[in-house]
Amino acid sequence: MPEAKENGKNDNRVGLLERVKAGVKEDVRSLKTEMPAKIKEQVQGLKDPTKTQVYTSIFRHKHDDTPRNRALGVLSNVFLHLHPAKINRDAVRYSYTWGMGGITFYLFVVLTFTGVLLMFYYHPSKVQAFRDVLYLEHDVPFGKLLRNMHRWAAHLMVIAVWLHMFRVFLTGSYKKPREFNWNIGVLLLVFTLLLSFTGYLLPDDQLGFWAVTVGTNMARATPLLGHEGPFGKQLGMTPYNDVRFGLLGGSIVDANALLRSYIWHCIGIPIVASVLMIVHFWRVRKDGGISGPAPVMLSEEADKPRRRVE
Amino acid sequence: MDWHQLWEIVSAPDNVPIVALIPLLMFYIFLAWKQAKGNDELIAELETQPAMAKTHHRTTWPFRPGWQKEVHVWPFLLRIEFLAAIIVTIILMVWSITLYAPLEEPSNPNLTMNPAKAPWYFLGLQEMLVYFDPWIAGVVMPTLIIIGLMVIPYIDTNPLGSGYYTWKQRKFAIGTFLFGFIILWVSMIIIGTFIRGPGWQWFWPGQTWDHNRLIYEVNRDLPDIFGITSNLGKGIFGAIVVGGYFLIGGFIVHGLFRRYKAKDYQRMSFLQYNIMMVFLLTMIALPCKILLRLLWHIKYVWITPWFNV
Ligand code: HEM
Repeated sequence: MPEAKENGKNDNRVGLLERVKAGVKEDVRSLKTEMPAKIKEQVQGLKDPTKTQVYTSIFRHKHDDTPRNRALGVLSNVFLHLHPAKINRDAVRYSYTWGMGGITFYLFVVLTFTGVLLMFYYHPSKVQAFRDVLYLEHDVPFGKLLRNMHRWAAHLMVIAVWLHMFRVFLTGSYKKPREFNWNIGVLLLVFTLLLSFTGYLLPDDQLGFWAVTVGTNMARATPLLGHEGPFGKQLGMTPYNDVRFGLLGGSIVDANALLRSYIWHCIGIPIVASVLMIVHFWRVRKDGGISGPAPVMLSEEADKPRRRVE
Repeated sequence: MDWHQLWEIVSAPDNVPIVALIPLLMFYIFLAWKQAKGNDELIAELETQPAMAKTHHRTTWPFRPGWQKEVHVWPFLLRIEFLAAIIVTIILMVWSITLYAPLEEPSNPNLTMNPAKAPWYFLGLQEMLVYFDPWIAGVVMPTLIIIGLMVIPYIDTNPLGSGYYTWKQRKFAIGTFLFGFIILWVSMIIIGTFIRGPGWQWFWPGQTWDHNRLIYEVNRDLPDIFGITSNLGKGIFGAIVVGGYFLIGGFIVHGLFRRYKAKDYQRMSFLQYNIMMVFLLTMIALPCKILLRLLWHIKYVWITPWFNV
């Protein structure tokens, strides 16, 4: 009120007080009436959390038990969408795949998890390595359990990969169009064994040391590239420049070998294997999902184009 | 009978995986065989009844018209995966609580372990060191195994048996794989683990490991038996024997294959056929060489200044 101000009278101030009073009164009234309504609304809303903004921002569809939602639940989840929405009704039978590929992958996840925890306590040096393992076994809470789990999961993974390969072979699942994925699989097999082998040296005990010595001694005999191998001498191979030297970072299994083992084991091979697994799973999907259980074929149909089963 | 020795070997924590592998393999072979048998019977039935073959759903599992061919991944597959993860976790937990991972003395290059064994999954190759030089057992064989596995999809031209268990439709492929996997790989691992003792000598289960045992084995080379003494002679002789093995062996296998696997033979290209031959003959060569060694104490067949076979 600009005029009131110019008057220099008091009613303007009184007016302010009145207005403040009235305003506060209104605030109080709103607290008394509107807030309870909001609370009521909120409580009502919380009774169905699936309607909250937080919930709907995370889960992009309803969870009602409808075919559409069952499919969306798989397709809209980055981890689950490795799967198709629907699969062959008999493919879920344990007796077909034995679940071995999945178990192998699960063991890899377990190994990554326990492996990272082990890395917190381990130094890849000749002075420290063995002591670190002792420390883990005796002083770290659950350290022994951690180490045991990592070790046994590694052994189990080797067995699971073999069994997975065995079942893939027995079901003829490497045949067209899955030839390439079988090859990715063979590489995964090799890297699984190498992962296990590089880990063997890390405790730096007699067992690992001699196993790796025996293993890498064979590299001496590599044809052409090893100093004891056929034609190695002729190509100028010595213990100080052949493949074995490259693997161990020296002519004997020592500090450098420990470090190289560690880096291959914890960084190099896991990354390569992870990439290969991504390709492997991708190809399982792209090749039309897992191979069966497919309808059996009769021998007279062998050289005809494959019977389409709708 | 030295029960203590036997127990020591069987219960060594790092040997437990192999002790576990044997029943696991037996179980899964049984499971596969059971399904193969069912499918083979179904195939035989359908092949005699063309009318039925036209309408049959062609699995051994029940199916009726009107049933859905596909099921939702959620929940039907995911619940199984979840359950499998839980079961594996439980097994792993129990195993880890009851059995401790081995930890020996700190590594000591001056104190040789005897026997010094590779990790169990490589013991098959280490066992091969008895019969072959390291460049073969340690380098050539693993390479051939990897390449051999990789070529399988490209040389197996049999379109039958894709996506179901069968024996009758894939006898040759499955037989060969079983030979390679069970006989040449797994059983060598079992020998390497349970039988080989100090000095990599043969100790029957229950026999005490005698660290001082020496075996005087006079090994001969094949050229010696034929009285060939000159280096040149030995080299040429060996090349002839090895080449002869592949030529004559190849010829015999060829004769058998084109007779008994006529369809596969027809389907295979020149390259596919020859690759299969090379791998097959190399595989068969292993037990041959092992027998030469065990029966006639023959160490090398082919001796040259650069390598021995
Ligand atoms: C780290 C190792 C591996 C992992 C994590 C893995 C994982 C998987 C998974 C989850 C599947 C889906 C079906 C199933 O569970 O059986 C699969 C399928 C397959 N795997 Fe592997 N695998 C591995 C190694 C191998 C090896 C060693 C081979 C063969 C040499 C192989 C060849 C295949 C093939 C051909 C398929 C398609 C099978 C079908 O369509 O029925 N994989 N793998």
